[in-house]
Amino acid sequence: MELDKIEKLLGKYFEATTTVAEEQILREYFSNENIPAHLEQYAPMFQYFSFAKEERYTKQLPLKTKNTFYKWASVAAVAVFMIGFYFYDPNPEPVSLADQYTEEEIASAQEALALLAMNFNKGTEQLYHLEEFEKTTNKFLTKE
Amino acid sequence: MNQAEFLNVVMPFKDKLYRLAKRLLVSNEEAEDATQEILLKLWSKNKVMESYNNVEAFAMTMTKNFCLDRLKSKQASNLKLVHSNYGDDGVSSLQSQVEAKDSIDWVEKIMDELPEQQKMVLQLRDVEQYEYEEIEELLGMKPTAIRVALSRARKTVREKLMQKHSYGIG
Repeated sequence: MELDKIEKLLGKYFEATTTVAEEQILREYFSNENIPAHLEQYAPMFQYFSFAKEERYTKQLPLKTKNTFYKWASVAAVAVFMIGFYFYDPNPEPVSLADQYTEEEIASAQEALALLAMNFNKGTEQLYHLEEFEKTTNKFLTKE
Repeated sequence: MNQAEFLNVVMPFKDKLYRLAKRLLVSNEEAEDATQEILLKLWSKNKVMESYNNVEAFAMTMTKNFCLDRLKSKQASNLKLVHSNYGDDGVSSLQSQVEAKDSIDWVEKIMDELPEQQKMVLQLRDVEQYEYEEIEELLGMKPTAIRVALSRARKTVREKLMQKHSYGIG
């Protein structure tokens, strides 16, 4: 890099009329080892700018978002539980048949049950004969 | 915008936010806190973030305002900003002062002494290499004001550096 060009750029630089590209040239020039003695005083400045750009933000960001779903889900669960608890009746009113069915339905059901009982009794009458049979077998068994 | 997308947007310029914050607040911890604050604020706005045409500029302006507020509140509460970024150990100073690298540290100290506006302009231009139009947008300054501030800042750094230089470093 020609020296007079650098000197010219430096002049522009301190008047703040250089472009970003020209400033880049200056930074690169002053990052070199062999700088003429009369320009050496500027070197730390440009070296510092390059150095300062190396600094990094290394802290972890505590971004909390995943938890919001669980948070609201638990709120909803508690709400459901409370509502359920509020409406739950530990001693429900006993419900009688008369409330649930009409007179006619009950009457017909009674009739049906009476018929069933009648036929059932018919069946049991036949069992008398078995009883007679049993008497004779018992005689055998009790003889000894 | 989910977390991964947000990080993709923020990653490229989070260091710039930190460096600007550090330029203004000087202390590492303060700058880290400020950066975190800004990023979390951005994250809380992630629903509307897609509508911003330049998230980076927006974040930089937020950082600037946040840091200036911090400084103002410190001055108001009559607290001096303590900015001792201790090295690895307390005895490093004597040794490192002799090293040539230390002249670079001088520049940092000189920049710390500049007025805030010049600090910011110098930081944005010479460290982050923003164009003038971007700096105008970020700082809300007129182009001529930026050039004047920048020229002054650069000249001040040069003069102070030359003073140190003629006294000898260290």
